[in-house]
Amino acid sequence: MTVRSTNHAASPARRGFPARQILTALGVGALILVPLLAPHLQLLMNLALAKGLAVLGVTVVLRAGQVSFGHALFFGISAYAGAFLISAWPGADLLVVLIAGVLGAAISGLLVGLFVARYRGIFFGMLNLAFSMIFWSILEKFYHYTGGADGIRLTRPTVLGMELGRVNYELVLFYLAIALMVGLGWFTLRWLASPSGQLFQTLKTNETRLEYLGLSPRRVLLSGYVLSAVLCGVGGSMMGMTQGVVTPEYVWWVRSAEMVFIAVLGGAGSVRGAFVGALVYEIVRIYASAFAADIWQLLLGVFLLVIILFAPGGIMGIVDSLIGHARSARKILK
Amino acid sequence: MNASRTASVPLLETRNLTIKFGGITAADDVSMRIEAGRNLAIIGPNGAGKTTFLNICTGWIKPRAGQVLFEGEDITPLPPRKIVARGVARAFQIPQLFTEHTALENLLISVSAREGLRNPLRDMHRIRQRDEMMTLLEMVNCADVADRLVVELSEGQRKLIDIAVALALKPRLLLMDEPTSGVASSEKHKVMEILIAALAKANVTSVFVEHDMGIVSRHADEVAVWNTGKVQLRGTPAEILAHPDVIRDVIGEELA
Repeated sequence: MTVRSTNHAASPARRGFPARQILTALGVGALILVPLLAPHLQLLMNLALAKGLAVLGVTVVLRAGQVSFGHALFFGISAYAGAFLISAWPGADLLVVLIAGVLGAAISGLLVGLFVARYRGIFFGMLNLAFSMIFWSILEKFYHYTGGADGIRLTRPTVLGMELGRVNYELVLFYLAIALMVGLGWFTLRWLASPSGQLFQTLKTNETRLEYLGLSPRRVLLSGYVLSAVLCGVGGSMMGMTQGVVTPEYVWWVRSAEMVFIAVLGGAGSVRGAFVGALVYEIVRIYASAFAADIWQLLLGVFLLVIILFAPGGIMGIVDSLIGHARSARKILK
Repeated sequence: MNASRTASVPLLETRNLTIKFGGITAADDVSMRIEAGRNLAIIGPNGAGKTTFLNICTGWIKPRAGQVLFEGEDITPLPPRKIVARGVARAFQIPQLFTEHTALENLLISVSAREGLRNPLRDMHRIRQRDEMMTLLEMVNCADVADRLVVELSEGQRKLIDIAVALALKPRLLLMDEPTSGVASSEKHKVMEILIAALAKANVTSVFVEHDMGIVSRHADEVAVWNTGKVQLRGTPAEILAHPDVIRDVIGEELA
């Protein structure tokens, strides 16, 4: 009998029928059709995908057994870096804005990471929170540079030199978000299964042995931390360009907590779960606030409670067990 | 010139190591030479400072006074990872494994660390060293549980995998803390034989703390008797196990 953990190098799906891959392909296919079949959902989905990219960053850190309550910092730094760039250089290209944001996130991830990589558990979580709130107060107080609570408006960037109308621009952003989800999701899955990703995940179970393999646990944590900051940064840039405005709310602690919330909802540590969680979260949030404006937060809370109590593996845990049931049913029928 | 230098410099040497924990002296002016190519067993009653000695030699604990030299170089101030990088590996009394990984994966992670594998797109299960690690698992009799999570295995199997994880680093010196405790008594000698043969083949010198005098007499080239933070006696297994002090302080205790 072979039992494998969920955060495993070789996913069980590799052997036999690739149910997970097929479901993923169907999901991506459905998203691609959204602008054609359900255009009213396009913006919502776009925001959810941007959030999903950031949640993917939080997910990476979760794989090392650490919870960060401050990853909105990198989300915000990236969005603001893009906003400053566009203010200084109106009509900058979308890709340049994205790259500038990601660079900002990577550099700040490295600097903050050098500091927080010494800590674990509650100290790690709270230090991350502290850094994000320091940045939040800078954004609020340095009004002349940051626009304070009003934030900064982003004029529409050009796309490969073309000035697009609103509809086309939004389509480009939507498909870019899907491409980033697929590309970065794929990369993160591969990285997690690779030697460096596996070493990173040993932080969760045995740092003593890691040290006795000749490696510095801090440096191992730092490598994954920078990756997670970059992923949050990609999400932040996409969010900024999609909404057309960045505000200090981007780094507010509730935003960080929301990312952790979504990661747990989707399946703590699951790459696909980051995006599935973000899509489900946004849909529940929008419909709950439309139909139960006064108690929508209560509904979300109950939703999370139910997940934690009855499906600790999150939405992806439920999907996996359904795939498992289908497999064993098929075996019995054979 | 070179040959005489190699002969005169021991693989590991400690000079005047001293450390106290509260009122207990775990190392009291310990000066010891460990020559390459010989398997040294450390015996002694509980609390004599045997494990502390391994902790100091690998940099986990810093001594209050004294030095540790590996191949003539002072490694006393180095953290464990830098000492490991120089060729000292360690297996633990309580196995230190990655509990969410399988037996084989524990070895793959170890060899990845050794080789500094960084390619983010290469699946760890498909690295070139996989066969080498399977051979290592076979050597410690654990090939049949390669794909099982280590938490599901017996204590004895975990101990052997812990040793294999250390061996995967291709060390020149391997420090083991009670390598066969937890291993079924019928298997102990077989496992030790395989292990000692593998160490000889790979040119690895070993130091092992052991309570089982049967293991010591059959598998050690040399024995050091530890007592209240000091090396009381040192000699061949035959000399040491027949010594009246050892019979009284160590073997007597083991039988009691």
